[in-house]
Amino acid sequence: MNSKAAEAAAPLATRQRRRRVPPELSIFLVLVGIALVYEILGWIFIGQSFLMNGQRLTIMILQVSVIGIIAVGVTQVIITGGIDLSSGSVVGMTAMIAASLAQSSTWPRALYPSLTDLPFIIPIGVGLLIGLLAGFINGQLIARTKIPPFIATLGMMVSARGISKWYTKGQPVSGLTDQFNFIGTGIWPVIVFLVVALIFHIALRYTRYGKFTYAIGANVQAARVSGINIEAHLIKVYAIAGLLAGLAGVVTAARAQTAQAGMGVMYELDAIAAAVIGGTSLTGGIGRITGTVIGTVILGVMTSGFTFLRVDAYYQEIVKGLIIVTAVVIDVYRQKKRTKH
Amino acid sequence: MAVSPSTMAAVRQSGAIPNAEFLLAAEGIRKEFPGVVALDDVSFRLKRGTVHALMGENGAGKSTLMKILAGIYRPDSGEVRLKGVGIRLQSPLDALENGIAMIHQELNLMPFMTVAENIWIRREPKTRFGFIDHGAMRRMTQDLLDRLNIAIDPEIEVRHLSVASRQMVEIAKAVSYNSDVLIMDEPTSALTEKEVAHLFTIIRDLRAQGIGIVYITHKMNELFEIADEFSVFRDGKYIGTHASSDVTRDDIIRMMVGREITQMFPKEEVPIGEVVLSVKDLTLANVFRDVSFDVRAGEILGVAGLVGSGRSNVAETLFGVTPASSGTIELFGKPVDITSPTVAIKNCMAFLTEDRKDTGCLLILNVLENMQIAVLQDRFVKGGFVQEGAIESTCEDMARRLRVKTPNLDERVENLSGGNQQKVLIGRWLLTDPRILILDEPTRGIDVGAKAEIHRLVTEMARNGVAVIMISSEMPEVLGMSDRIMVMHEGRVTGFLDRDEATQIKVMELAAQ
Repeated sequence: MNSKAAEAAAPLATRQRRRRVPPELSIFLVLVGIALVYEILGWIFIGQSFLMNGQRLTIMILQVSVIGIIAVGVTQVIITGGIDLSSGSVVGMTAMIAASLAQSSTWPRALYPSLTDLPFIIPIGVGLLIGLLAGFINGQLIARTKIPPFIATLGMMVSARGISKWYTKGQPVSGLTDQFNFIGTGIWPVIVFLVVALIFHIALRYTRYGKFTYAIGANVQAARVSGINIEAHLIKVYAIAGLLAGLAGVVTAARAQTAQAGMGVMYELDAIAAAVIGGTSLTGGIGRITGTVIGTVILGVMTSGFTFLRVDAYYQEIVKGLIIVTAVVIDVYRQKKRTKH
Repeated sequence: MAVSPSTMAAVRQSGAIPNAEFLLAAEGIRKEFPGVVALDDVSFRLKRGTVHALMGENGAGKSTLMKILAGIYRPDSGEVRLKGVGIRLQSPLDALENGIAMIHQELNLMPFMTVAENIWIRREPKTRFGFIDHGAMRRMTQDLLDRLNIAIDPEIEVRHLSVASRQMVEIAKAVSYNSDVLIMDEPTSALTEKEVAHLFTIIRDLRAQGIGIVYITHKMNELFEIADEFSVFRDGKYIGTHASSDVTRDDIIRMMVGREITQMFPKEEVPIGEVVLSVKDLTLANVFRDVSFDVRAGEILGVAGLVGSGRSNVAETLFGVTPASSGTIELFGKPVDITSPTVAIKNCMAFLTEDRKDTGCLLILNVLENMQIAVLQDRFVKGGFVQEGAIESTCEDMARRLRVKTPNLDERVENLSGGNQQKVLIGRWLLTDPRILILDEPTRGIDVGAKAEIHRLVTEMARNGVAVIMISSEMPEVLGMSDRIMVMHEGRVTGFLDRDEATQIKVMELAAQ
C-alpha cells in the first residue's frame, strides 16, 4: 500500500500521537540560559554562586509576583487582540483605597477615623471591587463604543492615577492593621501569584471562557459568526484584568505596609513585557499563562542578576528594553515562518 | 520582443512607434493561482478609439485579465503588446507611465486630500524653492476638468464628493497621464441614471480622442449603449470577440453560459416537508429590498445572481450579522427577531460564509478549536468547563465523516488546503445540528474532488430534513443541486425557477436583466 492510499484510508491519526513539544519549552530554556550566564559570571567576577542562594531566589520571585499577578490578566487581554495600559494605575488606585480602609485605630492620622480596625476582608474586598470596576469600564468602552483598547485603557491609566493622587491629596496612607499586612508578608505574594496563575491557566485551557478568548483573538469576525457575543466576552476579559490589577494593588499595599499615589507606575509595561517574553502574541490568539509565568520569572532573574553582578541600574534598564524588543522580534519572525506554509 | 519600461517610455516620447493595428493586445495569456487556472491561453485585442466591453460570469477571468493589463499581476506566460511593442509591466505605476490606467471598482483616492492633490500626486508642479506650487496645480486641474466637461472644484477634499464625482476625478487623473488605454471595472455599479449618462458622454469624448477603453460590465443594456466591440470569457477561457451591433442579447447570454454540465451532482429526490423558514419583504437599507421566499424541510433553494446582486447580504441578514431594516422572518411558523448570530444559532440556523479566511477560519488555531467553537454555545459544556473528551471524540468522528485530510486535530487550520478548511467549517456547523443551513459559495476555490464531497454532504443534509439555502456563482452547481432557484439582480429578487424549468439561459436572463 503506498503512502497516499494510507492517508486516504486513515485521515486521522490516533490521539496518542497528538502530544507535541510545549511551546513554553523554548522560553524555559531561555530562562535557564540566562540563569546559567549569571551563575558563570558570578563565579568569575564575584566569586560566588548566583543560584545556590535560597534567600536571593525568594526575593527574586517576591519582587516580580505583583507584576506576575497583573500579567496573568494582561495576557488574557492580549490574547483577545487587545492591550491594557491601565493596570499600573489601577494598582496605585486600589492600593490607596484599600489601605485607607485598613488603617489601625492606634494610628493617629487615620483617613477615616470612624472606619479603623475593620476586618481585613473589607479593605481587600473593596480593593478588588474597585479594580473590577475599572476593568469593567475599560471593557464597556471598548465593546460598546468600539474605540481602540489602547485609547480606552490609556484614558483609564491617566484617570486612575489622578484618582489615587486626589484621594489623599498626595499624602501616603500608613498605619495599616497587622491583619491586612499579613497578606504581604513572607512568601504570601508568591502564593497569591501562583494561585491566580493556576486558576487562569485552567480557565484558558479547559473552559468555554478560554476557548472563546482565543477564538476572538484569532479572528473576531469568524468568532462573531460562530455565535460568540463579542461585546459581553470582551467586557468579561477586561473586568478580570482589572480585578487582578486590584488584587495586585492590595498585595502591594500590604507588602509595603503603606500606600502611596505613585505605586505601580510602569507596572503595566512590565506586565506586558512578561506576557510577550512568555510567547503571547500582540496580534492575538496566541499565548499561555505558563509562558507568562516564565516570562515574569525571566524579568525577576534579570533584575536580581544585575543587582547580584552590581551592574549599574541604568544599564539594567537599557538591557531590559533590548530583551523585550528581542522577544517581539522573535515572535514576529515565528509568525512569518508559519505563514510561509 | 520585450523592452524595459523605461526604454518603452523613451520610445513613446520619440513618437517612433509605427501605427500598429491594435492599441493594446494580449496573446496567449496564462495565469494560475494555487489550485485554479484563472486564465488559460487568453487573447484580447483593443483597437484605437473604441470602447471594448468584457463580458462573462463571475470567475470567468475578466478581472484577472484586466489586472494583468494594468500591471497588478504578471502573467505566467503569454505576451502583452502596446502599439505593437511587447511590454512587461512590473507594477500599476509602470502601467500608468506606459499609458495604461485602470479605474478600480473600489476607488483609490485619498479622502483627506483635495481633487488637485489627488490628481497630481508625485507629479506636483514645484516652485523655484522646491515647494509645491498650489496655484499652478489648481490651474492645471481646472484646465483638465474643463477639457472633460467635469464640474468639480479642484480645491475640494475628495471625502466631500459623491461616488460619481470621485469616479470623474479618477478619470481625470487617468487622462492627466496622457493614457492611451483606460480600463474601467464596472464603473456604473454605484451611479444613478443621470450620472451614468454623464459618464457615457465623457467616455464618448475620450473615444473620439483616440483613447481605447476597456469596459468591464455585467449590464447588458450598457453593452449595447456604449461598447463598439465586446469579448466574452468563460471559465478562464477566451470565447470570442464581436461587434456589438452584430449580435443580440440572447447570443451574448449563450456565449457566456454555453458550457456542458460535465460534473456529476449527487442530487437525490427527497421528500419535501413543511415550510421551515419564511421570509417576507426583508429589506436592508440601500443593499437589498423586498426579498420574500419560503424554504421547506429537505429542500435545497439555490440562490443565483451576479456579484453585487445582494445574495450574500441576504444571507448575512438572515443570520443576524447585519440585522434587517424591515421585513419579517418566520421560523417554524413563528416570527423571530434575529438580531445577532447568537440568536440565529439558538434558532437552529447555521451559516457557512463566503469568505473562508475573513469570516470563517480561525487560521492560527487548530482543527479541534475551529470545529468546536459554534457548538460550545450550548453543548459540551458543564459548569463552564468544556467536556474535552466528549468534544474531541465527536470532532474526530466528524472529521472522519467529512474526510478531512489532516494529520490530527492539533494541526493548525492554516496548514490545510482550501477544500479541507471548508470541510472543517462545514463540520463546525454540522455539530450544531442545524435545521436551516445557509451556504454561501460552499465550493469556491476548492478542487474538484473536495467539491464533489461537499455536494454529497449537502445532499445528505437535505435527506435528513434540513432546509438548505445555497448561494453559488457556479451555474452548474446551482442547476445541479437546487430544487428551486431564486435569482437576484441589484438587490431585488427577479424570479424563481423550478428544477425542471431552470436552464442556464433562463437564470442568466433573470440575473443580467
